[in-house]
Amino acid sequence: MRFEDLLRPTEKGLYCPPGDFHIDPVRPVERALVTHGHADHARPGHAHVMATRETLDIMGIRYGEGFAGQTQAAAYGEVMSLNGVTVSWHPAGHVLGAAQIAVEKDGVRIVASGDYKRRRDPTCAAFEPVECDVFITEATFGLPVFRHPDDREEIARLLKSVEQFPQSAHLVGAYALGKAQRVIALLREAGYDRVIYIHGAMQKLCDYYISRGVDLGPLAPATIDRAARDQFAGAIVIGPPAAFVDRWARRFPDPVSCFASGWMRVRQRAKQRGVELPLILSDHCDWDELTETILELRPQEVWVTHGREEALVRWCELNQIRAKPLNIVGYEDETE
Amino acid sequence: MKAFAELLDRLVLTPSRNAKLKLLADYVAETPDPDRGYAIAAITRDLDIMSVKPAMIRALVAERVDEILFGYSYDFVGDLAETVSLIWPGPVEESGNVDPRLSAIVEALQQASRSDGPKLVENWLDALDPSGRYALLKLITGGMRIGVSSRLMKQALSDYGGKDVTEIEELWHGLTPPYLPLFQWLDGKAEKPENLAAAPFRPVMLATPTDAEDLARHDPADYLAEWKWDGIRVQVTAEKDQRRIYSRTGDDISAAFPDLLAAMDFAGALDGELLVGHGEGDAIVTGTFSDLQQRLNRKTVPAKLQAKYPVILRAYDLLQAGPDDLRSLVFEARRERLERFVESLPGDRFDLSPLVPFDTWEDVAEKRNNPPDPVIEGVMLKRRDSIYVPGRPKGPWFKWKRDPYLVDAVLMYAQRGHGKRSSFYSDYTFGVWTGPADDSVLVPVGKAYFGFTDEELKLIDKFVRDNTVERFGPVRSVRAEPDHGLVLEVAFEGLNRSTRHKSGVAMRFPRIARLRWDKPPHEADRLETLEAMLD
Repeated sequence: MRFEDLLRPTEKGLYCPPGDFHIDPVRPVERALVTHGHADHARPGHAHVMATRETLDIMGIRYGEGFAGQTQAAAYGEVMSLNGVTVSWHPAGHVLGAAQIAVEKDGVRIVASGDYKRRRDPTCAAFEPVECDVFITEATFGLPVFRHPDDREEIARLLKSVEQFPQSAHLVGAYALGKAQRVIALLREAGYDRVIYIHGAMQKLCDYYISRGVDLGPLAPATIDRAARDQFAGAIVIGPPAAFVDRWARRFPDPVSCFASGWMRVRQRAKQRGVELPLILSDHCDWDELTETILELRPQEVWVTHGREEALVRWCELNQIRAKPLNIVGYEDETE
Repeated sequence: MKAFAELLDRLVLTPSRNAKLKLLADYVAETPDPDRGYAIAAITRDLDIMSVKPAMIRALVAERVDEILFGYSYDFVGDLAETVSLIWPGPVEESGNVDPRLSAIVEALQQASRSDGPKLVENWLDALDPSGRYALLKLITGGMRIGVSSRLMKQALSDYGGKDVTEIEELWHGLTPPYLPLFQWLDGKAEKPENLAAAPFRPVMLATPTDAEDLARHDPADYLAEWKWDGIRVQVTAEKDQRRIYSRTGDDISAAFPDLLAAMDFAGALDGELLVGHGEGDAIVTGTFSDLQQRLNRKTVPAKLQAKYPVILRAYDLLQAGPDDLRSLVFEARRERLERFVESLPGDRFDLSPLVPFDTWEDVAEKRNNPPDPVIEGVMLKRRDSIYVPGRPKGPWFKWKRDPYLVDAVLMYAQRGHGKRSSFYSDYTFGVWTGPADDSVLVPVGKAYFGFTDEELKLIDKFVRDNTVERFGPVRSVRAEPDHGLVLEVAFEGLNRSTRHKSGVAMRFPRIARLRWDKPPHEADRLETLEAMLD
């Protein structure tokens, strides 16, 4: 069987002809297998959706209960058969519930890894390498300049600044699913035990993480209590990045604007957004993690879905690994 | 190096002055000698070390990284030092070279020969983390631009050591990196270092702004008046073979004015206005501020430029004459010494700022509005009995500036601010009408980001959000049509011709004076009005 006969890119996303299903389709389809809950991968309107319990719950929180005709939960390690194609689910280490999907038929196995990272994350299960013939990888940070530092150092810089500027509120922009909870969990690991204030858009997802056993410590909504004008002085406030350039941000005293993102590695990106304290924290692989994963798996072919495909393909060529970009339209990387 | 790199990263992205001071003072408090001294010299660009060409760095990285991958990365990042700092493989843990100290790097570079350069740089790149590599590359390529003036640095040192900033300014030019005696003193471990430099800077005395109402409380008989010249305030000092021209804040700007320096054949320290001026007979004809701008912010000055725009000093105070420190004399007495002193100087480079005779404040007001020379921007009033003290004491010296120019312009673009204002559209580009009367278009004439109250800021911000036409990143273009738009009354100090702006004019010190919600945009001013204001 040719690899493309098992899984191929289409306008709607990755499609498996013998199994008759799509993986992370960007348009409504009959049967969708979804790797994780970020909006560009998990879209509403499919007839059947199969995903991990957590991903289904997250889709329900974001889109409401009727986001799909039918749903079916899959567990990590679970192996199932769809029209004679074997499908199994493996942790991707990206956000809570994120899975790699392995597709196998006639001795050919392709792993669609969705979005993934290799470093430890207290809020989700760690990536598990799965042997395969074709490894489908993202390349959000697929340039050798992207090398994320140690998370603990980034959190330490935030805490140092909080100590240096006790009159200021530190506003941390973080994507509402995954990044926000990871920042909070990392702060807790660093020993920060004060109340962390969160934007309303994050409440439900934080509650959900807590219900799944992720310890986030004391949280409170970042709403104004008129009796206590200085309540945010010295506080850490976490909200979606867009909120901090909006009028919502004006309630905070002397704010220091921070942004938790892998893009913060590039100074000009931080400067353009008016970020004063960039925190290089990413839920995606950096360059070293991408290339080490490929070397570890040694697949016959690497397919690159989205991001900076050309550089990763070039690297594969240099390392004598066949590689090609899939050019799937519809996955964004700005949400990181 | 880590602490220094972190400091640079924070300073570059921190817009608030107070926050910068805090970051600097904390760094100085946490960092040992001699690293902290080298760090502040690097930031104020007072560090004299071997510089390295970008080509050498490119060659180093080409040995480590695939050329095509480097190309993709450079395209994405856009800055050579940053690309190299991020892409360089490592740090190599087994190099055994754990975070080299800034002082070790600076001292090695001071002693190194040019041919040692590549090997040294390569070793450090291997030992440093990405932020450290970036700091190193900026340090050795001379690209350290991080928005910290030496004045701000002196203020930070003053905050750190609890000393008056003028004391630090006074000492500054006698000191060299890594400033060990200075820190000994700031830490309370030694006496204040003696200023050993010849021709030191003497912290300047500044005037407070005033108006007719304020002046009415003072007796005109106590004051002398002079014109306020539209140049830059300088202190020119010559002692023991040493000649220096200092800015108002104590920066040594001698190198930009070799023509004036050559004429400083005296022993003393003069306070005065640096202007462009052409000697004609016994008098000097003053050039405009745009002429002077041709001479500012230059490292070298071609002879042709010196001939076309010669600079002169219009003296108004004498701080030191030979061995005598005159600062404790009263102004009237200093003025008398000054008049004699200037007589002995070459008349094509030095003249005296003349006194303006007056009896009443009304006289002064009248003269202020009808100055005899276009390069005058107001009057100075100095108490006859004022001794020369550093800083800005309230009372002995006043400046009464001419009323600003005003123009009604239309808001065209708004940009989001920084820091406290990052959720507000607070930087405004405004334009005036040009072209035929029945088919006029707006042409941008300036940009302003202050002059309004916090309340007004909220109102403009709302206007911008409700009237956005297009967005370009942090900038929005807003509706600016003959019958719909926001008219801003803009105040400014002067107008220069400009080849860089489409309108052909550039405003000096523009700010928003009033919001004219009442005025329809088609009644805003036309470009011809501005052109008529050009000198």
